[in-house]
Amino acid sequence: MLDDFMTRASLAGVGVAFAAAPLGCFVVWRRMAYFGDATAHAAILGVALSLALQMSIFVGAVAVALIMALTVTLLAGRGYAMDTLLGVLAHSALAFGLVAVSFLSGIRIDLMAYLFGDILAVSRTDLLVIWGGAALVVALIAWRWSPLLTTTLNEELAYASGIDPKREQLILTLALAITVAVAIKVVGVLLIAALLIIPAAAARSLARTPEAMALIAAAIGAVSAVAGLRVAYVFDTPAGPSIVCVAAVLFAGFSAFGWRGRGGA
Amino acid sequence: MSLITVDNLSVRYGANTVLSHISLAVEPGEIVTIVGPNGSGKTSLLKAIIGATKPWVGNVRLKPGLRIGYVPQSLHIDATLPITVERFMGLTDRVDRQDCAAALEAAGVPDLLKRQMSQLSGGQFQRVLLARALINRPDVLLLDEATQGLDQPGSAAFYQQIEDVRRATGCAILMISHELHVVMSASDRVICLNGHVCCEGTPAVVASAPEYRALFGTGTGGALALYRHDHDHDHDHEHDHSHSHEAAE
Repeated sequence: MLDDFMTRASLAGVGVAFAAAPLGCFVVWRRMAYFGDATAHAAILGVALSLALQMSIFVGAVAVALIMALTVTLLAGRGYAMDTLLGVLAHSALAFGLVAVSFLSGIRIDLMAYLFGDILAVSRTDLLVIWGGAALVVALIAWRWSPLLTTTLNEELAYASGIDPKREQLILTLALAITVAVAIKVVGVLLIAALLIIPAAAARSLARTPEAMALIAAAIGAVSAVAGLRVAYVFDTPAGPSIVCVAAVLFAGFSAFGWRGRGGA
Repeated sequence: MSLITVDNLSVRYGANTVLSHISLAVEPGEIVTIVGPNGSGKTSLLKAIIGATKPWVGNVRLKPGLRIGYVPQSLHIDATLPITVERFMGLTDRVDRQDCAAALEAAGVPDLLKRQMSQLSGGQFQRVLLARALINRPDVLLLDEATQGLDQPGSAAFYQQIEDVRRATGCAILMISHELHVVMSASDRVICLNGHVCCEGTPAVVASAPEYRALFGTGTGGALALYRHDHDHDHDHEHDHSHSHEAAE
């Protein structure tokens, strides 16, 4: 069954969607959309370093994404607005990454594959990494769900309940770095944030509780992955962007439906 | 031992000392109110008690196993976060629906279980916050300007609710407020804060203290101003804000 490249691609897409959905909800609730972008852009530098040092791309991408996320957390609130800081770090990391790649003369790499993903080339090993990473992220978030939610609502409330918001933020950052690293192959660096945010945003109008929103987002993400691949196959379009397009269409549909259902509120 | 013991606490943000040498204790079942002008360190003190702000000097000790119910000053729920009142009530601990309904009933807002938090009015929202803080039978309730955004009848009713809670559950209450006349009469003890503890005692004692009147003027004393007390503590302190006690004398 795994011999079919379309089956492998679908499984990869669904795996990433499952990890991205609950994490994406927190990204949306905490207004961290650009944080996701920045972490993802930094990952290209991780890819370049991994290739230069001949180590696993997953490890390199996780490491750099994590360093990036920690740097942002550390620098936040020191004179620059968050969006400025993220803009500076995200785009410089991407630029340094692209320049670093050009030094790798001995190795032929397809840069486009990392910028836009190459889900159709997913191997059995890749699948193992993606599902392993996704399981880790889902487990991490499920384990810390309640403290994360409390921290998101109000930090003082979290402290008073014996929760350390800084620790929860760190867990979220770690989960983000892992998700970015496993998603590189599927949608590429430039579209990872879309896979985080769009399904979560689409689920908003259908959900009444945080848990429902995460589950609906997972379903929307998985449907987008499978349907997007189908679209790519039928119309011969690029796979990663097609997945994001399907998610965007679902978002538009559900939002319109949600507004109507709530009488314009 | 006391529920909360604050011992010689000083808090600094950078080079700015916001609290210096604060010592206080909260005993079981008492209502203690902290009053003070803006920037007097009221919120910093509460944050130090819950552990959100690290002391620079001194320490905060909580009775082992102390259960804290916390009602924040304001709680903004992002529009992208759907959450029903019922789910919010069980935010930090699992609660069953009956306890949840009973707590809302006691807080004066029954029938809200299925509503979205974002659809509540300001008064309903504060009462749900109070109900959530009470649901696990705390030993002490901490309120940080919990009546912000409520009108006067609304906040008077809210404080009445708090007295009822104390009577019914015996839990201690430590609250911050700047609604002096409403709060003072409902308190057992008032601590007047302005970077340091200016004066403390029963509402009557504090209302007539020169330090208090220097900060808030004489008008707020009202009937309480009948009481006088001798005030002889030393006001030679090292931090940089200054307030003139002579002004009101």
